[in-house]
Amino acid sequence: MTVFDVYLQQVINGLNLGAMYALLALGFTLVYGILELINFSHFNVFMVGSFVALYTLEAFGLSGQTVILAGLPLVGVLLVTFAVTMTVTGTIGVGIERFLLRRLRAVKGPAAMITTIGVSYILFNIVLLTVGADTHNFANPLPTVTWAIGGASLRLRDVLIWIVSAVLMIALTYFVQYTKIGKAMRATAQDPEAARMMGVEVDRVIMTAFFLGSALAGAGGLIFGLYYNFTSFLIGFTAGLRAFTAAVLGGIGNVPGAMLGGLLIGLVETIGSQIIGASWADVIIFAILVLVLVFRPAGLLGRIAPNKS
Amino acid sequence: MSRDGSLLLEFTGINTYYGDLHALKDVNYTIGRGEIVSLLGGNACGKSTTMKTIMGVVIPATGTVIFDGKPIEKLPTSERVRRGIAPVLEARRLFPRMTVYENLEMGAYTQPKGPQFNEDLERVYELFPRVKERRNQLSGTLSGGEQQMVAIGRALMARPRLICMDEPSMGLSPLYVEQVFDIIQTINKQGTTIFMVEQNANMALSIAHRAYVLQTGRVVLSGTAAELRENPSIREAYLGELKVDAAA
Ligand SMILES: Nc1ncnc2c1ncn2[C@@H]1O[C@H](COP(=O)(O)OP(=O)(O)OP(=O)(O)O)[C@@H](O)[C@H]1O
Ligand SMILES: [Mg+2]
Repeated sequence: MTVFDVYLQQVINGLNLGAMYALLALGFTLVYGILELINFSHFNVFMVGSFVALYTLEAFGLSGQTVILAGLPLVGVLLVTFAVTMTVTGTIGVGIERFLLRRLRAVKGPAAMITTIGVSYILFNIVLLTVGADTHNFANPLPTVTWAIGGASLRLRDVLIWIVSAVLMIALTYFVQYTKIGKAMRATAQDPEAARMMGVEVDRVIMTAFFLGSALAGAGGLIFGLYYNFTSFLIGFTAGLRAFTAAVLGGIGNVPGAMLGGLLIGLVETIGSQIIGASWADVIIFAILVLVLVFRPAGLLGRIAPNKS
Repeated sequence: MSRDGSLLLEFTGINTYYGDLHALKDVNYTIGRGEIVSLLGGNACGKSTTMKTIMGVVIPATGTVIFDGKPIEKLPTSERVRRGIAPVLEARRLFPRMTVYENLEMGAYTQPKGPQFNEDLERVYELFPRVKERRNQLSGTLSGGEQQMVAIGRALMARPRLICMDEPSMGLSPLYVEQVFDIIQTINKQGTTIFMVEQNANMALSIAHRAYVLQTGRVVLSGTAAELRENPSIREAYLGELKVDAAA
């Protein structure tokens, strides 16, 4: 491998992680855009998602690296696994909003945010106490198809992660831009009271934001498993914090910003680790965050003065 | 639709509080079908609170709001809009990062999309050719006058029977003020009842049929526009006439 190949490989890896961070960052941004709430429970909804995916794959008889699928069965299993995982995490997100956060919506101050931290730890401990502290091997049913690009290798897994992430992000963009409830989401983010007086049922809009964000976190959890081939009750905090950073970097509340921020953080992580060393990943990521925020406090695509009343 | 003497809105015995602040004190209004009724009053006297109480974003402690013969004070805002009440909000409150067209779509939120939507859109474009020209522009980049046209158009998209306007002339140049009041009269002649908060009492009384005067949360005067125009205390307080002028 030449130096160039090494970096090319890190770009490929970085785009995988970046896609995962982007999916997670969208959940932070959708909820923040409407409620101005940082939803820390998102960290561990993502972690739960990776376990839901793990057990769904096991239900198909897939565990570890033992069974390799191809063609239609592979596509079918993956589609069902994504669908189940996203539905379950989406429902968890809606439950958190409906039964806990909604009651706190009228309360000023940090109560709602603290509640999300509490929920995050509850999810964390439930998983710890039920599935245990061990690292779980994640099923990898993908055939080991690899293409050589120079000295770097592009795997089927990489392509799959990119396609799935791209489809989800395009679908979300379409949803927010063109559907009726998507437009209501944007209107509510810009002026909740005015949106309400247009006849928007704001509760439904908020529920939709939680469902979509949490469903994307579930997809991110499955991608985590496919990428690293393991999962554990611990994965929520590191990935969640990096994804939150991505959302802030892109401009929190801004959908394209979350996608851009996610990809950048993924690339910074892999390329920065290559240059300075993997243990420095967080130092590099957060140094870049601090630098960007000092010079562009609203993030890369954010607006300096949010137009709110 | 014409002014047939039947009531479209009855706002009875309303008391509204913000914490300890008693914003509306036993307030009554009636609005007849087809009328333009104006609500006059100085700053912070409860005009916007009145509008918000009708829309249901502020809930009164006591009192009833009857729209088209049915109590609505317990209904959520969305249901009130569905039944035919639409707002033109104070300071316009468009969705600044949505296009003019999207703002009009938001106005039609409770309406089915289809031929009816296109008809309503054509009507708005006919009333406001300028809005049609600007339909793909982000509404936050429009001038104040243009924004007010979009705000009125947005309300019309809900097919309202009653439009509650909160200071539609606020911050507009005299030319635009004329235009806005003309449009309000046109809309009213086409059959929509108007309840309009104004500080520009002169203009408001020139197009309104009746008016109420609010002072620190209490209705202190009401009557036909003609009566109020002749009322000395109104002339002094709201029509900008000074006693010196009268004496001269
Ligand atoms: N959400 C709120 N919380 C607390 N107090 C409020 C709230 N909204 C209005 N008020 C108070 O209620 C009173 C009436 O306010 P309102 O907005 O109805 O006045 P207004 O007549 O529309 O005034 P303006 O002419 O300035 O628009 C004011 O004293 C205001 O400070
Ligand atoms: Mg007001």
